[in-house]
Amino acid sequence: MTNRRDFIVLTASALTAIGAASFMWPVIDSLNPSADVLALASTEVDLTSIKEGQVVKVAWRGKPVFVKYRTPEEIAAAKTVPLSELRDPETDEQRTKPGHEQWLIMVAICTHLGCIPIPDSGDFGGYFCPCHGSDYDTAGRIRKGPAPLNLIIPEYKFLTDTKILIG
Amino acid sequence: MSDKTEYKGLKGWIEHRLPIFSSLEHFSKYQTPKNLNYAWNFGSMAGIALVLQILTGLLLAMHYTPHIKMAFQSVESIMRDVNYGWLLRYMHAVGASMFFMVVYAHIARGLYYGSYKSPRELLWFFGIILFLAMMATAFMGYVLPWGQMSFWGATVITNLFSAFPLVGESIVTWLWGGFSVGNPTLNRFFALHYLLPFMLLGLVVIHIATLHQHGSNNPTGLDVKSKKDTINFHPYYTVKDFVGFGIFFIIYAYFVFFEPNYLGHPDNYIPANPMVTPTHIVPEWYFLPFYAILRSIPNKLAGVLAMFGSILILFFLPWLDKCKIRSGNYRPIFKVAYLFFIIDVVFLGWLGGKPAEGDYISMAQVATFFYFFYFLILVPVISIYEKTKPLPASISEDFAKHKGA
Repeated sequence: MTNRRDFIVLTASALTAIGAASFMWPVIDSLNPSADVLALASTEVDLTSIKEGQVVKVAWRGKPVFVKYRTPEEIAAAKTVPLSELRDPETDEQRTKPGHEQWLIMVAICTHLGCIPIPDSGDFGGYFCPCHGSDYDTAGRIRKGPAPLNLIIPEYKFLTDTKILIG
Repeated sequence: MSDKTEYKGLKGWIEHRLPIFSSLEHFSKYQTPKNLNYAWNFGSMAGIALVLQILTGLLLAMHYTPHIKMAFQSVESIMRDVNYGWLLRYMHAVGASMFFMVVYAHIARGLYYGSYKSPRELLWFFGIILFLAMMATAFMGYVLPWGQMSFWGATVITNLFSAFPLVGESIVTWLWGGFSVGNPTLNRFFALHYLLPFMLLGLVVIHIATLHQHGSNNPTGLDVKSKKDTINFHPYYTVKDFVGFGIFFIIYAYFVFFEPNYLGHPDNYIPANPMVTPTHIVPEWYFLPFYAILRSIPNKLAGVLAMFGSILILFFLPWLDKCKIRSGNYRPIFKVAYLFFIIDVVFLGWLGGKPAEGDYISMAQVATFFYFFYFLILVPVISIYEKTKPLPASISEDFAKHKGA
């Protein structure tokens, strides 16, 4: 720093740089989900029409969600798997609500690259993603293929025994 | 460029204010090695492909509606109602494939003749950046018709970014502008698809400016040593480029008029449905080799890194290849390895179009391994130990031997 003029140039350029950098925030954030997208309501699902063994696809936030009424065999199959065999270890209890373990509610999006898996198929009797060959079991846990995580359980609660609210 | 022309009268008046005539003269008197073969035609073909994409794209944009409820319909209306809309759309869709065909040939030329070597590293870099920008543009363009492949292609490709730890999911939400691929995604992809071709144009200018600093490489890979080695670009190579254009347009027209949908996928004529994934998602043919690399690795993050790495590795090529001799013509072992590499990439492309199961996965793993083995082991090792053939003394000597001039 030699003289007053250098000081003025330096501070002025620094402030300009900070100002330009600050403007990047609104520019980048404008691309994030807008208020109307965020305000998309949660979804209510009536369970009475779903039969045992059946899986229903409902839309929530533009994404499909599986609502599956599991058979006792499917639940038993999910419970007998040792956690050590799982890539993303979670017990069957952690993936259902107590007292409602026949109901499996999952975002129907493969955790690999976002395709919709096919229910009741694959080597583990659960969900198979045809895009890149990920295989999930009857609790929607990843067992084989490139996906890193189990199918995601959305936030949901039982309003009554036959009605759930997702989101 | 050696002797400066004096411009008189109106020409002189303008030239004094805007050096347009001397710039044009730079191109007409631009000295080019006299031994360039037809492998050197693909650059100008890529240029004409870009110009045609911009022209047809501009006209398509005047009839297209970037909204999830109307996009598919507006594309159908372009096909059925707009005067010559079918021609514009097929030219644009086939044009993208033609663009990639000539660019792949252009890259293969550069790989064989060592066009990436000193002093052309930056020329090579801008080429790779052009290639990446071109891939982004093509991907976003494919999303616009909002068919099933558009939607699910967009879903799969944007989800690639979710592989990155911690920030991945937020990046994907940010790319989408929502919680899934939707209207905000379509809108921004349209805006970017319109913008990127002009960025490509700017990059092309830099690519050519970098090229003209040291001039074209040539089949011998030798530097230009005297005026005897070169000829004027115009008319000699303008004419030769026109021959290439002729062949380019014959193939282009064949696809546009007789097989316009051969290179596409029929599922994209089904309107996008976020609730149903097609049983077999495949990208356009020009992405298949990279798609095969992605799928061959049974780990999400590693697969994504391998796919990006397969292109980014090209940036290191000028230093991985230590051989001072540029042209593959004088490198007997490199020539064989190169041939296997080309077969490997074609094989990967074939595998990318097959379902991801059983033997296809193991074959893709072998092919992916060889892809990286070529760049990381074969090229450096060969470049150190290979016994190269003797080089000719100069371009003109080699030219005289072959053409008897």
